[in-house]
Amino acid sequence: MSGLELFGIFFSALLINNILLIRFLALCSFFGVSTGIENSIGMSSAVIFVMTISSAISWGLYNFVLVPFQLEFLRTASFILVIAALVQLEEIYLKKMIPNLYRSMGIYLPLITTNCAILAVAFLAIDYRYSFIASMAYSVGVSAGYSLAIILFAYIRERMALAPIPKWFQGYPIAFVTAALMSLAFLGFTGMFGL
Amino acid sequence: MSLLKELNRGIIAENPVLRLMIGLCPVLAVSNNAVNALGMSFAVAFVLILSNLVVSLLRKVIPDEIRIPIFIIIISTFVTISDYIMKAYFPALSASLGVFVPLIVVNCIILGRAEAFAYKNPVLSSVMDGIGMSLGFALALVSIGVIRELLGAGSVFGFQLFSQAYAATIMILPPGAFITIGILMAALNKMENKVL
Repeated sequence: MSGLELFGIFFSALLINNILLIRFLALCSFFGVSTGIENSIGMSSAVIFVMTISSAISWGLYNFVLVPFQLEFLRTASFILVIAALVQLEEIYLKKMIPNLYRSMGIYLPLITTNCAILAVAFLAIDYRYSFIASMAYSVGVSAGYSLAIILFAYIRERMALAPIPKWFQGYPIAFVTAALMSLAFLGFTGMFGL
Repeated sequence: MSLLKELNRGIIAENPVLRLMIGLCPVLAVSNNAVNALGMSFAVAFVLILSNLVVSLLRKVIPDEIRIPIFIIIISTFVTISDYIMKAYFPALSASLGVFVPLIVVNCIILGRAEAFAYKNPVLSSVMDGIGMSLGFALALVSIGVIRELLGAGSVFGFQLFSQAYAATIMILPPGAFITIGILMAALNKMENKVL
């Protein structure tokens, strides 16, 4: 697979099919964590870390264990268990080996187990029949797109705290309308590079 | 009487989507037309009712420390069954719902009801709770689906009501989902304040 194709997969996952604003995955964390910039940066770093490792492991599990033994129907159950176990392992490892990084990710690591983007990326890399390298490019692109969208959204929400908003729209309703405008902006990337 | 109360609670007072803000991902992603919305509602109802039933039946034998992994295995069993049933009998619907059918396994509504209700309550009220929550989910999902399809494509459940030339295509594209649910929530807020 050429470098250009890999870049295409990465770029498409980053902007054109942005996981939050175009594909609608991981919205709970998008609205829940984006109330402050520090929170959203912590969550993004945890997502980048876990998504890359978990999609590598689930790709291997599917192609080297489930397919040879014709157990494809166990995909859903085995992936969710692998991801849950992996998050636990990573938490223990980081706490022991890289305490600084652990402190900055803090409470966001356990939340990741229920972040549906992690599981979705593992499924989609298989549905698209990506090779190992391509699925890595895809998961890095998706997690970078996640970080981009959630950090931008957190900046807008911090400004919005000072804006005069109609009473009925305060809180979640105005956040959804803002997300609609951001999604409209990301829709502008459609068709770029013929992707 | 109390069974009816379990049923009613999920529909309006604790509507999972519009009140508790859980299970949002499928609501926004598959509500671009009413048929998809209805298909997703059936899949979620199937998984939610049956997982509530099984969790409630097993609530005395599940050890407290490892209950979450056990819930996840029960839920993912039913998700796999509904995924394969849909692939076999409704291939077109399955293709348009895509990855969101297997993703029911991480839908917060289902794990949330297993943990908060079915694990602590007898079988019959757990099943009623599952039915009520499924109805509330379906109500929110299908109403968003109908609004988006009507404004974005000029049709409802595929029946053309006015020409597509007058429809705002943006409503069936991703931004339309965010804006519909935002305005729907604001309208609910306003109605609630009026009643009070």
